[in-house]
Amino acid sequence: MYKYDDYDHAIVQARVAQFRGQTERYLAGSLSDDEFRPLRLQNGLYIQRHGPMLRLAVPYGLISAAQLRRFADVARRYDCGYGHFTTRHNLQLNWVKLAEVPQILADLAQDELHAIQTSGNCIRNVTTDHFAGVAADEIADPRPWAEILRQWSTFHPEFAYLPRKFKVAISGAANDRAAIQVHDLGLQVVSNDAGEIGFKVYAGGGLGRTPLLGQVVQEFLPWQHLLTYTEALVRVFNRYGRRDNAYKARIKILVKALGREEFSRQVDAEWAPLKDGPATLTAAEVERVSAQFAAPAYETLAPDDLCYLGHLREDKAFSRWVERNVQAHKVPGYASVTLSLKKAGAAPGDATSEQMEAAADLAERYSFGEIRVSHEQNLILADVPQRELYTVWHRAKAAGLASPTVGLIQDLIACPGGDFCSLANARSLPIAAAIQERFEDLDYQHDIGELELNISGCMNSCGHHHLGAIGILGVDKNGEEWYQVTLGGRQGNDARIGEVIGRSFAAAEIPAAVERLIGAYLAHRHADERFIDTFDRIGEEVFRSAAYLPKPAHPHQSRRVANG
Amino acid sequence: MANKQIIKERRLQDDAWKVVTLVDGEAPFDVCLPVGPLLVPVSVWKAKKSCLIAREYEHGTPLGIWLAPEDDIAEIAADIDDFTVIAVHFPKFTDGRGYSTARLLRERYGYDGELRAFGDIGRDQIFFLNGVGFDAFVIGEGKSAEEALAAFDDFPESYQGNAVQPLPLFRRRAA
Repeated sequence: MYKYDDYDHAIVQARVAQFRGQTERYLAGSLSDDEFRPLRLQNGLYIQRHGPMLRLAVPYGLISAAQLRRFADVARRYDCGYGHFTTRHNLQLNWVKLAEVPQILADLAQDELHAIQTSGNCIRNVTTDHFAGVAADEIADPRPWAEILRQWSTFHPEFAYLPRKFKVAISGAANDRAAIQVHDLGLQVVSNDAGEIGFKVYAGGGLGRTPLLGQVVQEFLPWQHLLTYTEALVRVFNRYGRRDNAYKARIKILVKALGREEFSRQVDAEWAPLKDGPATLTAAEVERVSAQFAAPAYETLAPDDLCYLGHLREDKAFSRWVERNVQAHKVPGYASVTLSLKKAGAAPGDATSEQMEAAADLAERYSFGEIRVSHEQNLILADVPQRELYTVWHRAKAAGLASPTVGLIQDLIACPGGDFCSLANARSLPIAAAIQERFEDLDYQHDIGELELNISGCMNSCGHHHLGAIGILGVDKNGEEWYQVTLGGRQGNDARIGEVIGRSFAAAEIPAAVERLIGAYLAHRHADERFIDTFDRIGEEVFRSAAYLPKPAHPHQSRRVANG
Repeated sequence: MANKQIIKERRLQDDAWKVVTLVDGEAPFDVCLPVGPLLVPVSVWKAKKSCLIAREYEHGTPLGIWLAPEDDIAEIAADIDDFTVIAVHFPKFTDGRGYSTARLLRERYGYDGELRAFGDIGRDQIFFLNGVGFDAFVIGEGKSAEEALAAFDDFPESYQGNAVQPLPLFRRRAA
């Protein structure tokens, strides 16, 4: 992974000193709330329901064991001993004290960590595929490009006060696992007939109040021009994005208003004078950064470890975990492991300091000392030898990181919601907990199979509810919490925004409504059909009418009875 | 702005430039031009260009203009070399359009005279303002200009090329 040199260290240290000064001036009363707000937000510091929340950056989701231990230490020392991993790879601490934040940042800087641009109207943390570098369907590793973009966007002097936040995601694989089409700027690594690397560029995607998929503004942008083109694009946004209404300030509104062609034309006009200028990338720089993401020293292993195969046959719980939480690796004898942060009873994405340390230990012993954070709010050990999987499973289980439910309903995505977030209209966590409880039975979950269920506590859509096959959105009705259900959303190459099915539900109705939706799926599915496939085949109406049945049927219990 | 101190060359200096603004409903041509160097809005520049240029010829009064965030630089592109000072207004420090304006003036239009930021700016904006090409700063009401002087050194390096160091860091660190 990328290792800081003296320049990177000096820049992060300078930020710590700068923010210390800003905090001191605020506490002394010489900076007003309005003056301090944008400054603290650009350092990831929100003022929340219970006090400040600090969002720490995990650039493109990659973190070392030492860094994860530092997170654990900071969470224990300055917070309540846990943190929340978000859908954009970051870690949120919900109970920090404002006066201690400068010291937290100083501690983090020792391990090349920071909170730079994790919020505010600026270019945010670049996100990518959590299987980058190990996926078999990869065209090129996106991480060097993400790091190049990280450096370019860090303290970019022109873009500190954009109309609104600006999120970039990049995928280097044939199958998009980074949700690039719902980002302000989505980059897909492609290679042309001559084998040269470039980017297919999507602009103007996003969720929130006006969910839209990004539009293609470049079919093939040669890699040399990545920064100059991005600079032109963000400049068009900075100059012409709406500043009169925060809900209409994202670049997607500008792209929609201008239309793809006119927007592209304006970006191209802005780009022409920048193109081939000093920000044009050099092969030397790409090599310098790429070298830091070189593959680790893999052993030469047999494709199938015999002991592993034995355990798979003999231990049903293990094989179930492997089925859901272990992914194929491009190197023979290796696998990628998802450590689930979706244990029933804990908030999705939450990890205690002990769990972070356990994950760090596992990474050090079995996965070259690196961990990834996925946008599904789990941790990934990308490079585990097959022969170690059984041990890793036992240890992960002991740490509460082995729920065998990746991709199943328990693996739902949820934002922190109204329990913590001051933007939320409704709580997300009790809804998540109630659903997880309803579907606790593992056989039932495995029978239902792959299902993406995403929950957001408000229209800001941090829980990506539009992308869930089942999406749940908290809405406020006369001061009461209600929940709107969307169906048919999906991420990936065929990303689609889910559609609202009808009137919203009271909190207590949601688990039963979800169960009725799943009941409709179970009643109509063909063999090997996922929820989303059945939905596509039979259409929304069957599900809609199931959701609103006056007397809930109970397919779960009736099925159990039938199974006797 | 007469007798006010502004930051230039990283120190406080006296400044004689006055900002001309239109009051509500006032036609640009009707605006009264006080004696001395003036920063006029684009509309006044367009309406009274010959008048302003005559002042320069007859009295040696240097020309200046100020741009609002939404102003289109292309409208004054042909005149850019006439100005001794171009000022960019920041009605709110969170409105970042002026940063792009500055880079365009410096890089696209080759303006090399004084580029002045004024409005709601203070020490926490100085580093970035300096980075996009501003070299004069009128610190906002109620904010300390002395404090702002310290902010030029907030960061020892920038990843991007900027007005101070045109080469991005990657072109220098690779060497």
